[in-house]
Amino acid sequence: MSILTRNTRSTRTRSSGTSRRGIRGNQNAAGWLFTAPVIVILGLFLVLPVLMAAWVSVSDWTGRGSPFAGGTQFVGARNFEAILAGGGLAERDFGTALRNNLYYVVLVVPLQTVMALFLAMLVNNRILKGRGFFRTAFYFPSVTSTVAVTVLWLFLFNATGAVNKFLSLFGIIGPNWFQEPAGIFHLLARNVGITDAPAALGSQTLLGVTWWDWLSGPSVAMTAFILMAIFTTSGTFMLLFIAALQNLQGELEEAAMLDGAGVWQRFWYVTLPMLRPTLFTVITLGLIGTWQVFDQIYTGTEGGPAKTTMTPAYLSFSTAFNNQQWGQGAAIAFLLFGIIVIFTLIQRLLLRERVNVPRRKRMNPEPSRGRKL
Amino acid sequence: MKTPRASRLAAAITICISGALGLSACGSGFAGSETKNSSDAGSGPISVLIGASGEAEGNAVKSAVADWSKTSGTEASVKVASDLVQELSQGFASGKPADVFYLSPDQLSNYAANGSVEPYADTLANKDDFQPSLVKAFTYDGKFYCAPKDSSTLSLVINTDLWQAAGLTDADIPTTWDELEAAAKKLTSGNTVGLAFSPETARVAAFFPQAGGSLLSSDGKTATVNSAENVEALTFVKKMLTDGAVKYSSDLGAGWGGEAFGKQLSAMTIEGNWIEGALSKDFPNVKYRTVELPAGPEGKGTLQFTNCWGIAADSKNKPAAKALVEQLTGTTTQMAFAKAFGVMPSVKSAEAGFKKEFPAQEASIAGVEYAQTLPSQPGAADVLKDFDAKLASLRTSDPKAILDSLQTEMTATLSK
Repeated sequence: MSILTRNTRSTRTRSSGTSRRGIRGNQNAAGWLFTAPVIVILGLFLVLPVLMAAWVSVSDWTGRGSPFAGGTQFVGARNFEAILAGGGLAERDFGTALRNNLYYVVLVVPLQTVMALFLAMLVNNRILKGRGFFRTAFYFPSVTSTVAVTVLWLFLFNATGAVNKFLSLFGIIGPNWFQEPAGIFHLLARNVGITDAPAALGSQTLLGVTWWDWLSGPSVAMTAFILMAIFTTSGTFMLLFIAALQNLQGELEEAAMLDGAGVWQRFWYVTLPMLRPTLFTVITLGLIGTWQVFDQIYTGTEGGPAKTTMTPAYLSFSTAFNNQQWGQGAAIAFLLFGIIVIFTLIQRLLLRERVNVPRRKRMNPEPSRGRKL
Repeated sequence: MKTPRASRLAAAITICISGALGLSACGSGFAGSETKNSSDAGSGPISVLIGASGEAEGNAVKSAVADWSKTSGTEASVKVASDLVQELSQGFASGKPADVFYLSPDQLSNYAANGSVEPYADTLANKDDFQPSLVKAFTYDGKFYCAPKDSSTLSLVINTDLWQAAGLTDADIPTTWDELEAAAKKLTSGNTVGLAFSPETARVAAFFPQAGGSLLSSDGKTATVNSAENVEALTFVKKMLTDGAVKYSSDLGAGWGGEAFGKQLSAMTIEGNWIEGALSKDFPNVKYRTVELPAGPEGKGTLQFTNCWGIAADSKNKPAAKALVEQLTGTTTQMAFAKAFGVMPSVKSAEAGFKKEFPAQEASIAGVEYAQTLPSQPGAADVLKDFDAKLASLRTSDPKAILDSLQTEMTATLSK
């Protein structure tokens, strides 16, 4: 759409003065004709299903026949109410799923971004020998299917798996990773002697989950998934950072070097600010991807142990398909969509270039507020 | 300034056309369920959707269906689903479900509630032959919905080599909770624990009837999850787990009780008839015997599991589907299934033959007499899943508190 409008505008400026119905008079119609197939496909497989899901989320559809058939009634916000304020199992499950995924996002996104940038800086180094090999090696987990990596992870993190064998070399008895429901913050608290919820945290609840449980941290099982996400996606984002790094002009870096800036200063004040658009892309993609985590859960743990790896995406699936609560399943999906939008807006706000920075202090030639997306 | 407006108009038209195209493309599926006639005379091929425990089961069902197809002249195909519930739901939503399929009791209530499955079992020729407990499991809202295809009960599986190595004899076979604990302690050595089972309701709830408890009252109308009997049973399970001679299979790095038993990580396990097939396939060298679960303070108790042959309400050929189910639940086919993958027949007429053919499964058959089934009203599956989640941390939690919160959840499903 934006390409089309821009073309139109430039055509108009160039042909200003001449007749409107000139040589390019039919361009608009042709443009729409050529984009029609994509619009039809997107409409059919994206817009229409989204609208259907929106209807299902406010209906009492039971999963038999079409949701638009006669028997389906509009029930208003009842499905959303059951999830957000029902006081029952549905609310508690949603709260639990939200907690699990929140810790997943908060840990995975920063770690994978830092890791990706670190790897990109490493393999972008001109002195490094065998750069091609390392790039391929780091990128390899990203092109492997999630299911395959999940299976590998289940074996590695088995009670008697390779990870625990390795830990035992140092005299550490590893946990039974994918079967351990205890949260890591709770485990730390246990180490300093706090085993039960303080009264203030144990009685008050949010979304059916006590504050003490909100503060549990990711379970040991979820931690294994967090490590896996960092392992698989760092490579993808490394590629984006490499591309961005290669676009940077070397002069600025040389100029900084001449000014006596050290390695760390050059990175912090020269390279990183110029990577801001890429950083925005990486964090946005990371946020969206981590909030939608599903494959690993479906193939690996199905939400267990003790529901500590259940995520809203998986909960939406199992609520709809396994429990035939299609309205609630669709409602969870829309709540998840809202959460992703909110998080993206927040990070956009945080990453925005300060307008009040004097122009001469900016490293970017012009402000690049989200333009790259 | 006409160009932007023209382009906007063109955009609007394109979107409308694509929308209309989209709707008409889906139209056939959308309107289908309403206009469909539900007359009983039908024709067309029969599709069967099953979730097989393994290759043996898939092949056995395929050959049984092929036999029926040959004699009846109706075309029939069998598909083994990788995720049965998901594929079933998809079929019901699209209005083109499989005609005949496996259905578990807890799924039955969901699909019966939205009218997806046909209540046909009352009109079967062999309906009086089914075991009463199974008929009860597949009765929803007073209607006997679907024909039970087989049944299994939980029993205690004992590794005979480890049993003898620990100096135990036939006289030591546990018949009470105390004896179970004592035997488990004697069998624990090195990497092997005495008893291991999966951390799920479908194993642990077997202890409830032994203490005289149950999850629902006998009329199925009230939740009795936190009864004193159940608390006693769960406290006993917790005690065994904390003492160290009993562990969850997951704590031993095994996927289920049968795997822990096969790998000799445990000398005893609590499993159903299906363990037979798994052991002979994956661990043919393990020698074992199955006995009835030990009795608790209030006598014997175990759990019964079963599936039925569901028929879709939207099936285009219900008479043929029913004829197929009649053959599949017949005495001969059920005996063939029993031989192929170790399940017990669901009909009384096959019981004698089964006992004769499989004397080793005596304990499982004995269990049918006093077995309970897990609750299966809509929403119950979710509560049981929550129970599974809580059982994972039973060792560090209070049994009474667990059962209290489940009581609230179970009551909520009954008042709907």
